[in-house]
Formats: sequence, C-alpha cells, structure tokens
Amino acid sequence: MIVLRRLATALPVIAGVIVVTFLLTRALPGDPAVYFAGPAATSQAIEEIRHRLGFDRTLPVQFLDYLQRLAHGDLGTSLTTGQPVTTELLTRLPASAELMLLALCLSIAIAVPLGLAAAMRPGSPVDHACRVVTTAGVSLPTFFTGLLLVYVFYYLLGVAPAPLGRLDVFDSAPPQHSGFYLIDSLLAGDFETFRAALGQLVLPAATMAIFTLAPLARITRAAMLGALGSEFIRTARASGLARHRIVFVYAFRNAVLPVITTLGMVFSFMLGANVLVEKVFAWPGLGSYAVEALIASDYAPVQGFVLMMALLYVLLNLVIDLVYGLVDPRVRLEA
Amino acid sequence: MTATLRHAGYVVRENPVTAFAFALFFLFALCAALGPVLAPYDPLASDTAEALTGPSAAHWFGTDQLGRDILSRIVVATRLDLGIAVTSVALAFGFGTLAGLGAGYYGGWIDGIVGRGVDTIMAFPLFVLAMGIVAALGNNVANIVYATAIINLPIYARLARAEANVRRSAGFVEAARLCGNSEARIVLGQLLPNIMPLMMVQVSLTLGYAILNAAGLSFIGLGVRPPTAEWGIMVAEGASFIVSGEWWVAFFPGIVLMAAVFCFNLMGDGLRDIVDPQRRT
Amino acid sequence: MMDTDNAVPLLAVEDLGIEFRTRSGTVRAVDGIRFELRRGETMALVGESGSGKSVTAYAIMGILDGAARITSGTIVFGGLELLQASERAIAEIRGRELAIIFQNPRTALNPIRPVGKQIADILLRHGNVTAAQAPSRAIEMLAKVRIPDPERRARSYPFELSGGMCQRVMIAMALACEPQLLIADEPTTGLDITTQAVIMDLIAELAASQKMATLLITHDLGLASEYCDHIAVMHAGHIVETAPTVALFAAPHHPYTAKLIAATPGGAPNLEALAAIPGALPDLRRVDLPLCRYSERCERAAPACLDRPLPRRAVGEGRGVACHFPL
Repeated sequence: MIVLRRLATALPVIAGVIVVTFLLTRALPGDPAVYFAGPAATSQAIEEIRHRLGFDRTLPVQFLDYLQRLAHGDLGTSLTTGQPVTTELLTRLPASAELMLLALCLSIAIAVPLGLAAAMRPGSPVDHACRVVTTAGVSLPTFFTGLLLVYVFYYLLGVAPAPLGRLDVFDSAPPQHSGFYLIDSLLAGDFETFRAALGQLVLPAATMAIFTLAPLARITRAAMLGALGSEFIRTARASGLARHRIVFVYAFRNAVLPVITTLGMVFSFMLGANVLVEKVFAWPGLGSYAVEALIASDYAPVQGFVLMMALLYVLLNLVIDLVYGLVDPRVRLEA
Repeated sequence: MTATLRHAGYVVRENPVTAFAFALFFLFALCAALGPVLAPYDPLASDTAEALTGPSAAHWFGTDQLGRDILSRIVVATRLDLGIAVTSVALAFGFGTLAGLGAGYYGGWIDGIVGRGVDTIMAFPLFVLAMGIVAALGNNVANIVYATAIINLPIYARLARAEANVRRSAGFVEAARLCGNSEARIVLGQLLPNIMPLMMVQVSLTLGYAILNAAGLSFIGLGVRPPTAEWGIMVAEGASFIVSGEWWVAFFPGIVLMAAVFCFNLMGDGLRDIVDPQRRT
Repeated sequence: MMDTDNAVPLLAVEDLGIEFRTRSGTVRAVDGIRFELRRGETMALVGESGSGKSVTAYAIMGILDGAARITSGTIVFGGLELLQASERAIAEIRGRELAIIFQNPRTALNPIRPVGKQIADILLRHGNVTAAQAPSRAIEMLAKVRIPDPERRARSYPFELSGGMCQRVMIAMALACEPQLLIADEPTTGLDITTQAVIMDLIAELAASQKMATLLITHDLGLASEYCDHIAVMHAGHIVETAPTVALFAAPHHPYTAKLIAATPGGAPNLEALAAIPGALPDLRRVDLPLCRYSERCERAAPACLDRPLPRRAVGEGRGVACHFPL
C-alpha cells in the first residue's frame, strides 16, 4: 500500500547515502589503514587492519565488502573504547532521542500557538513578538544559546542543575525498558529520579527548542494567514459558521499542511544541533560520541555516526510523508 | 541602474532595520579588511597576570584564560570568519548556479545527474555531513571551507534550476537564439544576469548560515586550532568558564557571531524587498 | 423578527457607499446605490467587471474584506438593519435566511473536508438538526440538487468532483436551511455552456419551489434576461438603470444600457450591430471623478453631466434611471 510505495521512493536515497558514507571512509588523506589502526599501531598491526578492512582490494570489491558488513550491522570498532561501533551507537541512541523528542514537543507547543495567535491578530503585540522570535531565532548559534541558558539558570539563578549529563552523580538510572529516563522512571514509580532526569533535560531541550521555534512559528503564521484569506474561509463565514469552527476546523487544518512539510527541515537542523547541544551539556548521546571520537582521530565511530544520522533522517522524512498523506486527502487519494 | 539605486534608497529609508543591517555589515567589512590595525592589543600576546579579568576600561571585553585581550581577538577573527563564509558561499554559488542553470536549461541527463547529486546531499542532516567531510578530508581550515561549500550547494542548484526552467522559453531567450547565439552564451550571457537579483538575496541569507556552520564546526574542535582567533573556537574556549562565572570569555565572541548572522539575514530580507517586493513576508 | 408581509420588500438597499483603502489610494467602489427586492422575486445586478456588483453582494452578506469601509447607506433585510446589527445577530441569519454561492466553486469549498460534512456543518450550526441526523440530511440535500449517487458523493472531496458538481454542492450548502434570499455571484463563470444552463435551471427551480428570492450577480446580460424578472444595470459603482427585464430590452433609458444590449449576442439585431462599448471604467481612485461616472464614455455627455448631482428618476412602473438626458 502507500507505506510500501513511499519506502520504495526512499530506497534510491538510502543507496545514495550508503555510497557517500562509503566514499567518505576512503577519502581519508594518506593511508586509510593507518587511520583505522590508530597512532600507536605497529606496522604489522597496520598490515593486519589493511587486510581485515579490505583496503588492499580494489574499490568495487571494497564496496561489496562494506555492504556485506553493513548487512550484518557491522560498523567497525572504536579505537578508543575497543567496542563495536554499532553497539555503542545503539546504546547512546535513547539519550539523544529523548532529548530531541522533548525539544520537538517543546518547540511545537510554543511555536504553533504563537504563529496561530500572530496570524489571528495582525499588528498586535503577539504578532510583533512572533516576528522577533522568528528573526532572532534563526540567528542564534545553538551552542551560544546553551551557554547563555547555563549561565543564567545555573550560575546566576541556581534553579537548574549543573550541565553534567542525564543525571546527577548521586542519582542512578532507572531500570532499563525504553532507555528513556523519563518513561523508565515513571514505569518504576520512581518520582525522585523522574524529577531529577527532567531537571537535567530542561536546559538542553530548551536550547534546541529555541533554535527550531523560529522556522515553525514563521511557517505557522504564514500558513494561517494564507488559509484565513482563502476563498473557502469566505464561504465558511458566509455560511455563518461559528468562529472557533472556522479557525480550528477549517483554517488550521489546512494551515497544518505546510507546517508538516517544514518539519523535514526542522529535523535536519535538530540532528545537527544535537551535536552542539550534547557537547555543551555533556549529554552522553550520539553527538558527543562522534565529537569525542573525532577529536581522538578515531574514525570508525564518526563514519558510523554519519551513516546512522542520515538513515535516521531518511526515516523521519518518511514518517513526515506518511503523516502528510494522512492529513491531506488529495495526496492520499490521488496517489 | 539609477532607478534600482533610488528604489534601494527608498527601501533603506522606509525600513530603519534594513539600514541598520547595512551599517553593521559595513562595520564587519571594515574589521575584516583592517583587523590587525584596528585591534588595540596583539591578539596572540598572552599576559598571565591579567588572565580572566572582566570587562574594564583597559580591556573593553575582558581577557581570556591566557590574559589575551578578547576585543582584539574578536576584531582580528572577523577576517577569518568572514573569509571562510565568503569563500565557501562563493564556491557554493559558483558551482551550484552553473549546475542548476545547466540542469534547468538543458534538462535531460544533466538534469538527472544534478538532481541526483543534490538529492543525495540533501538526504543528510547538513551539519552532520559537514562533520563527516571534514573528518574524511582532514582537519584544517581549507576543508571547513569545502565542507561548508558542499552543504550549501543544493540551495543554489535548486534555485537556479527552477529559474532557468521558467525562463527557458522566455522571449529574450528565443530572441538570443534567433540571433545565432550559442547555447552556452545564452545561459551565461542572458539567463545568468537575469536571475542574479534573486541569487544575490540567497547569497546574503546563506552567508549567515555559513558563518553559523563554520563556527559550529570549530566549536566542536574542527578546522581551526588554538591559538588562532576565531569566533567559534573562542566560544568553545570560554565554555568551560561559564560555570564558574567568567561569562565574558564566551559571551562577547558569541554576541558578535550572532550579530554577524543577524546582519546578513536582515540584509537578505532587505535585498529581497529591493529585488522582489511581492515576496515580502 | 422576520417580516412576512409581501408589500414590504425583503431586501432594501438605500444609498449604499463602500470604499477600499489601498496602497495606491482610496477606491470608491460603490457610491449611493439603491435597489429593492421582494419576496420570491428574481433580480440581476449586471455590469462589467469592476463595476462594484460583487462588492455590493459581499456588503449585504457582511463578508467584506478588512480594507473595505462602508461610508454610507442602509441595508434592510426582513426588517433587520444589517449594517447596524450586532455581529451575533448577523451570524444567526447568515447561511440561514440569507445565503450566497460563489464563482469558482471548487476553490470556494474546503479542499480537505468531505462535501457531506461541509453541508452537515451548516445544518448543525443553524440548529435545524441533531448531530445524528445531520449526515443523512446532508445526503438528502445532495439528492435535491440532483447529484447522482449522493451517499457515496457525500464522502467525496471537492477535488474529486467536476466544476458543475462542486457548484451543485455549493447550492446544496446555501439552500440547506431554506433561506429567504439567495445571492448568486457569477455562479456559471468557469463552467461550460451546457453545465451553465443546467445550474441556472436548477437554481430557478429550487427558488420557485421554496419561494426564495434570488439576486443574480453577472456580467452576462443575456443570462440575466433569461432567468431574472428585474435587472439593475451597474456601472463604476453606480446603478444606472433598473427595470423589469422585458421593459429594459424593449426600451432602455440609459445610454450605457443600450450599449450593453447592443454588445450582447442575441440582444443585437445582427452581427454587424454587435458593438464594443467604447472606453473603459474610470479609475475609481481619482478624486476628480465626474458625478456621472459614465459621462467620459458617453456620446451624449454634456457639461451638466460632470458637476450636477446624478438624478434618480422614476420613469414608469418599477423603473428608474440615473441620467440627465435619458434615452
């Protein structure tokens, strides 16, 4: 059905992503085997790595090797930790996912009502506030916002905990079900941990949310203005329909469509901002994993990270497409 | 030309915010051109006795952990930051526009290849792709430029392609063809100047994004190494002092970074008003 | 609240003036127009595009654009002064006693809502039915406007329907609460000829069966003559002549009306006589507009036309003309 068809259109994109990440691993300056073996390797170890990772074979063969290893979920091994990259990525995924999900919810919860209110009351203080948020939001460097928030709320006001990761040193993680501390602690009935985890989440999530607020608020406002000025709204008014019905059932549902499309761009920003926010807040997620590996010249994790983020992005875009299809009957039925 | 200038003058006068943005841009350009001359102190001179002092009459923006004057470092860093941004945008604009024009005008397999290439780049979260490229090519400033150029290429390619597609069969193109102009001449001599205004708006907006990107990459330790002065790396160096209250080390570079991005975004909006008033938001 | 005495007109527009504030000046779109419509009557407001006919219709419905300002006049509908009434009072009658259908029916419908639900929304709003009854009543309305297979069609979206069917849906929505007055704003523009006739016939039939008054807004004098008992001719925001249809065609009193008739296929005696009307509508942003806005296009114009206030002469049974030198 529709899901399969959308998946089919995503396949060439996934193929392109795999090819590019493969090429990136081969683009390393000098002898790639040296890089993957590490700075402390003997020449014998380098030869071993060269053979094991297939650098001594021709490019097409290397590519097939790469594909085969991918099919088995093998993304190589990290030099600094000695662990398989895939395992480490999957272990750290919930931390990043929890952060990004909370940021997204926060962002939507503020941006959409703001854009809506701004569209309904043009020229009002709300409208001006929306415009300020929209212009300022895109200019704010994410890492700078994070630092500012830490300074104000942790250092000056003392209301936020230290930016030292998901939980204080004194708290322990709840029993693992989903990997999301908020959910797991609630499942275990542990409200102390829930509050602690939430406290640690607020600032990094807010930092990310501030960045993604701007395009969402702008699109919501523009889309609502467009919808409110359209001909079918004139018909709805002429039919005497109640105001809240016109605004929410008629105008808003139509305005939501471009907002859903914008979410694609928002996810792209978010996956990138993830790296910066995790560095500022020492968040043990995918981003900080990649950054640490990068600084240590440990390349396998970085390649694995790029591939995983790209696949995540493709998946998210697929979800957006499907949701859009659900909301807009024109796409659903004409397909 | 004079009509455009007059209209530009009108827009600037009508909109004080745009005027402010242009003024700010001028200030940045000045700092980039004359950086070392304008800086009150040597940006690399450390003076440990003066380390981590807050803003004062002697040091307007305070000093960092090695006693270096932050204001001087910021002024000098302007050249590097703007240089990276301008170079990468120029590359993205140059290659992207040509590719897009070719794809939109000729269609066929050129369109196929360009389309595939652009789609593949856009399939990645762009900052992540930049990280991957710098990791793969090597950790230096040149690769920061290339990576930023690559991730900004799609925007120009798509815009140029769309515009070329629309104008492909326009009157002036037909006329040029009838005059015996070669296809390449038409693309470069007729189409390109015609879409320039729109592309200029995009350039200004992309410059803001490129600055953010480059600063982000240097914040996580890519490209620029200490003791080089660059806004992103200065914020990174200052980050560790935020929790102990020495806010100025990270704050001033960050604010200047924000101002630069803000300036280019506003300029882009202002340019859009001059070029195409119908598209105003 | 609603008058049922037929001596009193259902709709009485008196000295209506509407302005639009635009960036390039104030457009005096409608200036001092006056007409009446009785219960069950069909009347056409005819004029070139830009003559102010749609604006008048929107003013009656109360759906004017934000940039519009009503500068003068009254609109009395069934005893209620619409321009003075509260927003609530108007919202009560809008869609119930007073309805409108638009041109471009497909864009006038909500693209992502099934048409059956759009009809049901109106029925529910005006309190005629319960939530359980609404869907079946909506299907009844679709059957009434002769849409085949109404049960299935009620679940369709506007993009799945042809232009003609969308217009039928609009008619169903407008007539759902059996209004006293239907305003039809260029209902057949954009439809092919056969569909035009079918739609107009449908409107006429339903209007007759419900004893509903119809105000047809159109630029097509021929269409007006076929379906309406009375015609009011508009030019540049003025009503220049009103008359029963037959009388209008037999002996037009205003030079513009005569030109319009001559320009109408079927109205002219032969092809050679089909004339274009010289000139164009004057720019309504001008502050120096002559008091008779047709005078600059008129061959019979005299200096008096420019500065003497336009007379509104009654010239016989149910006829009026606004001209210093009527034909």
